[in-house]
Amino acid sequence: MAAGKTIPILPAGPRAPGEGVPDGLPDPRRRAMLGLMAASAALAGTGCSGPPAEAIVPYAHMPEAGIAPAEPVFYASAVVRNGYAHGVLVETNGGRPTKIEGNPGHPMSLGATDVFAQASILQLWDPDRSRAVMRGNDISSWEAFRQDLTARRAGFGRDGGRGLRVLTGTVSSPTLLRQLDALARRYPRMQWHRHDPLHDAAAETGARRAFGTAVRPMYRLDRARLVVTLDADLLRHDAAGIRYARDFRRARRGGERARLYAFETAPGLAGAAADQRWAMTPAEMEALVRRLARALGANGDPPAADASQAQAAAWETRLARRLRDAAGRCAVAAGPTLSAEAHALVWAINARLGNLGRTVLALPDRVPEPDIGAAAGTLGALAEDMRQGKVDTLVMIDVNPAYDAPGVARFEEALRQVPCAVHLGLYRDETGRACAWHLPRAHDFEDWSDALAWDGTAGIVQPAIAPLYEGRSPHVLLGLLADDVERPAHDHVQATWRAAWNAPAEFDARWRESLRQGYIRARPLAHDGGDPESGMTRMAGSDTGMDTGIDTGIGTRAGSQSAGEAPSPSDAASAPDAARLVAIFVPDPSVNAGAWANNGWLQELPRPLSQLTWDNAAFMAPATARALDVGTGDVIALAAGDAEISAPVFVMPGHAAGAVSLPLGYGRRAAGRVGDGVGFDAYPLQGVDPRGQPLPAARVVVRRTGQRHAFASAQAETSMHGRDLVRVVDLDAADVPQPSLDPPSLYPPVAYPDHAWGMSIDLDACIGCNACTIACQAENNIPVVGKEEVARGREMHWIRVDLYRDGRAGREPGQERERTLFQPVPCMHCEDAPCELVCPVGATVHDSEGLNAQVYNRCVGTRFCSNNCPYKVRRFNFFQYAEESELAAAHANPDVTVRRRGVMEKCTYCLQRISRARIEARKQGRDMRDGDVVTACEAVCPTQAIVFGDTNDPGSRVSRAKRSPRDYTLLEEANTRPRTTYLARIADPAARLEDEDG
Amino acid sequence: MAQVFDNAATLCVKLVLLGIAVFVAATIAIVAWQMNAPVAAGVTVDQPIPFSHRHHVGDDGIDCRYCHTTVETSASAGMPSSQICLSCHSVLFRDSPALAPLHASAESGTPLRWNRLYDLPDFVFFNHSIHVAKGVACATCHGRVDQMPQLVRHERLDMQWCLDCHRAPDRRVGPPDQVFAMRDPRALSDEDVAVLRRLYRFESESRMTSCTTCHR
Repeated sequence: MAAGKTIPILPAGPRAPGEGVPDGLPDPRRRAMLGLMAASAALAGTGCSGPPAEAIVPYAHMPEAGIAPAEPVFYASAVVRNGYAHGVLVETNGGRPTKIEGNPGHPMSLGATDVFAQASILQLWDPDRSRAVMRGNDISSWEAFRQDLTARRAGFGRDGGRGLRVLTGTVSSPTLLRQLDALARRYPRMQWHRHDPLHDAAAETGARRAFGTAVRPMYRLDRARLVVTLDADLLRHDAAGIRYARDFRRARRGGERARLYAFETAPGLAGAAADQRWAMTPAEMEALVRRLARALGANGDPPAADASQAQAAAWETRLARRLRDAAGRCAVAAGPTLSAEAHALVWAINARLGNLGRTVLALPDRVPEPDIGAAAGTLGALAEDMRQGKVDTLVMIDVNPAYDAPGVARFEEALRQVPCAVHLGLYRDETGRACAWHLPRAHDFEDWSDALAWDGTAGIVQPAIAPLYEGRSPHVLLGLLADDVERPAHDHVQATWRAAWNAPAEFDARWRESLRQGYIRARPLAHDGGDPESGMTRMAGSDTGMDTGIDTGIGTRAGSQSAGEAPSPSDAASAPDAARLVAIFVPDPSVNAGAWANNGWLQELPRPLSQLTWDNAAFMAPATARALDVGTGDVIALAAGDAEISAPVFVMPGHAAGAVSLPLGYGRRAAGRVGDGVGFDAYPLQGVDPRGQPLPAARVVVRRTGQRHAFASAQAETSMHGRDLVRVVDLDAADVPQPSLDPPSLYPPVAYPDHAWGMSIDLDACIGCNACTIACQAENNIPVVGKEEVARGREMHWIRVDLYRDGRAGREPGQERERTLFQPVPCMHCEDAPCELVCPVGATVHDSEGLNAQVYNRCVGTRFCSNNCPYKVRRFNFFQYAEESELAAAHANPDVTVRRRGVMEKCTYCLQRISRARIEARKQGRDMRDGDVVTACEAVCPTQAIVFGDTNDPGSRVSRAKRSPRDYTLLEEANTRPRTTYLARIADPAARLEDEDG
Repeated sequence: MAQVFDNAATLCVKLVLLGIAVFVAATIAIVAWQMNAPVAAGVTVDQPIPFSHRHHVGDDGIDCRYCHTTVETSASAGMPSSQICLSCHSVLFRDSPALAPLHASAESGTPLRWNRLYDLPDFVFFNHSIHVAKGVACATCHGRVDQMPQLVRHERLDMQWCLDCHRAPDRRVGPPDQVFAMRDPRALSDEDVAVLRRLYRFESESRMTSCTTCHR
């Protein structure tokens, strides 16, 4: 990957934003120029040489399975992110993991994956991963660490581990939990703390209030006909996002089309897919939750038409009515910016509507219990103890609090008070550098572990390669801590399941079956429904106090922040009202909370709703930006208490006015060569709740700085300018065939007697998650070009997801009538391809099955084809973008050519997969069947929006899709007759709430 | 009137013109030589162990698939692991100094490094298994290895050679049971061709000669 050089913030100057950066050498000096010319002349004189001699390296001892070196082998495993498992198949070629596919049998994957799982391959092979045990700034060894630990363990034995603390992220691994329990038994005074920057503390507290115990919600959207999200972006790539997206698609395809109403502060994927969305600040949303609860009688009172009911807008009454009508078949989901009270109320609403156990399941959660003290187990409590010198050994597993702890916790400062801090992590990050010991962690694909998926399905994390560096698993470290014996992680994991299954005779068989499947066959918690009613019955009574003591959200939450979070009166006096905003901290669609910052694929992946790459921004509504007199690219300073950060503004249509959303995970100081210094760090503004957990929102004061920042956006224009690039049809008109031009053509028709490959993309199913882009990047060896090159429009993605905003002003402010539309655009493989006519060397030609092929070894780089392509899907290697290091070669797909500088490239319909399927079929003496070829984008899509196949076969899925009346051709007037066509998006006018009054 | 160019200047011009002509000719010659070199037939390379196909195939009659185990299932024909060599050589010629690298490899687990003789460019994707399944005999491309004490590249590995066969596969293939036989290809009668065509159901010429068949 090319190192992503950031463009520094530019002083305000004559250059307009988006004008880009000048091309070429910055300031060619005469001598340097002459030197380069002499060097190139000398190189030209030496001429070309033949290919380098290659060696064939067979096995010394062939594995039992007799694995062919050129055949991929798939291992069922899991990618663990934020504590929860995503079931995947790891494709290995010659023993090297090269690609991730979803595990079709896993209930939370169903064959699809998210962008992070796809990018985990690049993470595994990241050259910046930690490679050695570090003691301070010196390279050390595991043996030295063990000796140091043995000396400390003697001390734990004497005082029961009083000074020993373990800090982890969210943990679902049964083995890790068992080991933590064993450690706690061994050293009774040791404490476990949990820190996850994205952990929704309010949801946990709210669920505790509702159930008396920690539970997490799991929505069964396939059973829901009506879904209401309150700042909960269910379709986002979160622990359950893949399954939610698939279920929601199923619910929308069903006889009675499911409806989705989204309330959002910052635009999200759920809002883009919604039948109607409202932009609201968290405070307004809190008030809405209370009104809804009252209207539905979920707060203990009878559903009476009281005073507040009369004030409610008409659409709100209608929303409540529709929810009541869909009782038992609807779901209300609350998100992280809501307060604990609101979360409890939403549970009550779902209980009142009879959704619990049907569309909303409550799954038991294992979290550090607050039984020792009110604030035990949190990061704030740990930092407090550290400052007081109560902690002498702190073991941090896979967390990075020196970077991602809220600013007010001042964790890095507290860390200096700890004599022996140990950090186990994939990278020697900010925390690893501040610790006495940094230990490299084995990647998920390098060592054994286990984890639960969000729905409770357990799975074994199976390694696909031996550790590349000195990494060890957390299980090894905890085993060492508890017993002073270093046992392999495999033993720890097997011990857990040996005890859990309690059937020694059939253990081996069950273990092998679990490995083969990628999950452990048991009744998963989420699919039998559990018995949440027993807990909820207590809620129905009025003794819960649900209706009392609820303050408006942001007042309660931001007001209770500790340590100078609220602006002081003097600030408030000097700052105009427009400058006081509510900042909400949101996970970034590409780097999550910062752990993925060093991943070039993710950094260059356009963020779905802003199309930004290599950056985050302070997102705000156009009205807010107008009031502040700033525009996209203006740098503002945001202050909360003592902390101040500067951030470039991005004006985001559809954002709630009065709020600014700040994506987390940027401004890393020790992420690696790719992630360092990209974007701004929003954590310093973050406050903590009284228990010391990070808050999702803060009050900030904003001022202009006069500076400008250059964004690298993958798409500058989001208006369709009145054209029907993305067609939208009404639900009742969805069966009416779209008008088709079918203009005459001068070109003679060509027959394709064997196969005629084609693709259909359902824009009603597409949620704009970008998984296809990154899956294609992994499959087809697509290079990363860096921010400057993206700013020049040279990104290399073979399939891009275009974003359009179809704007119509709403009648009331806040009621957005604007639609957000997504459109994945790969090469269209036109029958009459304009690119082929202009190539002077015949490098782009049709093949016998209608593929528009690009022959790299013929291409001389004129770029005529790209200029003549109406869809702008051809990508040119302006420089040697493809990295040629050993690590880059290790994760490259061996079935796809790595393109060199000066060569045009584009989507091939995953030619290598067609070839493989063809050869396998022909060897068996049969023809290819529908489903034999699954392109990378088709395989990864959570909603199965992309269908690929043979259009000559009338029974194939793609032929059936193309027969739909919604089928249309992009830029049909260009008469290129593409093989890729689209299914129009469906709008459901009857679903709109404010239209009913006429 | 004196000559505009004196003799020295004329000579100079002639030499420059000659020099240009020689340079162009030399460039063309070098380019032609370089383009042919990597794929020329009749080339051989030295190996870490002086392995003789003539001895193993010709004298001992070992089937190709005994060592090239994945030729029927995979794109790569597969090279024998050290363990496969040792299935005989743990007993036969055990103390031969020529086999020392083999024993070292088996003991240390470090693979042998054979030098590649049949090397296709990286943008060409050749698959052994489909060729074998469609009746292309080993000897068609690799020659009579049973007569080669040291392996010699039998064919020019250029695209013209590939296309000659892809344009008329039915004339170059043999019956399925003769694929691994070491014998010179037999001339096919028209009847044979008709039978083989029915048997293998070759794809159309346009398919077999599409760029995408071999290049991805």
